[in-house]
Amino acid sequence: MDIQSILAAAADGHGAVNPWAAIAYLVAGVLFILSLRGLSSPATAQSGNRFGMIGMTIAVVTTLLTHMPMKFGDATNSYTGVDPVGLIEILAAIGIGAVIGIVMARRIAMTAMPQLVAAFHSLVGLAAVAVAAAAYLNPQAFGIADAAGQIFTVSRIEMGLGIAIGAITFSGSVIAFLKLNGNMSGSPIMLPGRHIINLGTLAAIIGLVAYFTVDQSPWVFWTVTGLSFAIGFLLIIPIGGADMPVVVSMLNSYSGWAAAAMGFTLGNTAMIITGALVGSSGAILSYIMCRAMNRSFISVIAGGFGAEAAASGGGSKEQRPWKPGSADDAAFLMSQADTVIIVPGYGMAVAQAQHALREMGDLLKKEGVTVKYAIHPVAGRMPGHMNVLLAEANVPYDEVFELEDINGEFAQADVAFVIGANDVTNPSAKTDKTSPIYGMPVLDVEKAKTVLFVKRSMGGVGYAGVDNDVFYMDQTMMLLGDAKKMTDDIVKALNGGGH
Amino acid sequence: MDFIAIFSIFILACFVGYFVVWSVTPALHTPLMSVTNAISSVIIVGALIASAAAGSASSKWLGLAAVVMASINIFGGFAVTARMLAMYKKKER
Repeated sequence: MDIQSILAAAADGHGAVNPWAAIAYLVAGVLFILSLRGLSSPATAQSGNRFGMIGMTIAVVTTLLTHMPMKFGDATNSYTGVDPVGLIEILAAIGIGAVIGIVMARRIAMTAMPQLVAAFHSLVGLAAVAVAAAAYLNPQAFGIADAAGQIFTVSRIEMGLGIAIGAITFSGSVIAFLKLNGNMSGSPIMLPGRHIINLGTLAAIIGLVAYFTVDQSPWVFWTVTGLSFAIGFLLIIPIGGADMPVVVSMLNSYSGWAAAAMGFTLGNTAMIITGALVGSSGAILSYIMCRAMNRSFISVIAGGFGAEAAASGGGSKEQRPWKPGSADDAAFLMSQADTVIIVPGYGMAVAQAQHALREMGDLLKKEGVTVKYAIHPVAGRMPGHMNVLLAEANVPYDEVFELEDINGEFAQADVAFVIGANDVTNPSAKTDKTSPIYGMPVLDVEKAKTVLFVKRSMGGVGYAGVDNDVFYMDQTMMLLGDAKKMTDDIVKALNGGGH
Repeated sequence: MDFIAIFSIFILACFVGYFVVWSVTPALHTPLMSVTNAISSVIIVGALIASAAAGSASSKWLGLAAVVMASINIFGGFAVTARMLAMYKKKER
């Protein structure tokens, strides 16, 4: 078969699946699996990322070759060759996307990664909507309709689900982006009767997708689209800032399912494998985040966390004695220690203290102190965020430990240095059944011989709005002030001390 | 391809995804999200088909718009993942 007739058959859309193209898509899917597999260790992660790029290149080139825009000659009533204008338009579209994407990737600050990921999710969602709409408007081109323009029943379900999930991903991610980026308040917005509105809208979407199988009229399709956009907004609006790590992971999962649904429509293995991978990945990350906060997935989706907590946090609080300390005290204590465990939280990143913190760690190591970092799964604003922030500050990844790996070591540590974290160190999560964070896994900082707690002031409370008993313990010294300034002062004291 | 064949691939891929993702180290969960973001933009395949197809101008322009969006994600997602992964270093000595 010469290339011209292969192209023509593919462009017709009615021809059988080109076996070479099918194999190429399968190879792309396998490369995507290998790309996630590479992330099992930082040593292999970069090659994993390259597998992903190769897989994507294969998928895109295969599609371009098998679906060239063709010129239709009216005189001969057949395809007469590749349409250069159409091809240039497509390549220009890829080029525009490439420039925007690379500029965004280069410029973004690591603290803003959650926003960037939410923005990217919204694009996957909107792209899925656009593809599903294009398939609906021109079903023959996708090979999902008979000659009379009737779309196959299975394809209607796949398409309906694809557009619904895509639209929810888009609008939900836009809200998540606005909340994470601070354009919209992080506090939950509670509409009256929202559970009934949400359940009603969901039921309407499911019912209309079912009805779509018997009636492919435009109103059904576009109503599903509109309602899905609406439910995406409605679902994310009541979810508070503290739950955003779960939301971002959940939307990650949705973007995968949207890709998978479109993969079903097109019968494309690369899309199905990828969709399944991304869908499970997001689901697992949501589960990990929920477990780290001891929240059930349902209660996160139901929303409102943070509003009730803020209300209870505003109640009466007894004044208890606490011990203040200075940067010099902290520097002295830590330089005399054998082991220091640093517990960073998001407050550290907000104050941009990570570089000063690493400098402090380096100086301590020079004095022969063993320095380790303890990371709670929700220390950042998305899964693994704190690890990236520390890596950016050149903290070696083999000094950074996850909660379950380091929690046993606090009892042997001389100093626990808590900076910008609060709730994740609160022992009441282990003992006080009435506490809103009861059951949440926490770092056992109170077991260290000395706890140094860097905090802006004694007044503020964490996201959950609960007081932390660690502040008032005998071995605790409160270092009140801006995290970056305090760390800088400790670095100065360590340099000047000359131990 | 018939529906059952595709569905089988999907279910098996879900299991592969489950086991592969649990083996990802928690330290790399942020790069995991950005790279899954990039690869879920394989939806560009559908966008390319739509933009190349003859017969409907609106379908073609929707396709081209989706190509732009998916490309932002693909290039941005892989680039930001590479940028992050380059920062993970072992103790030097």
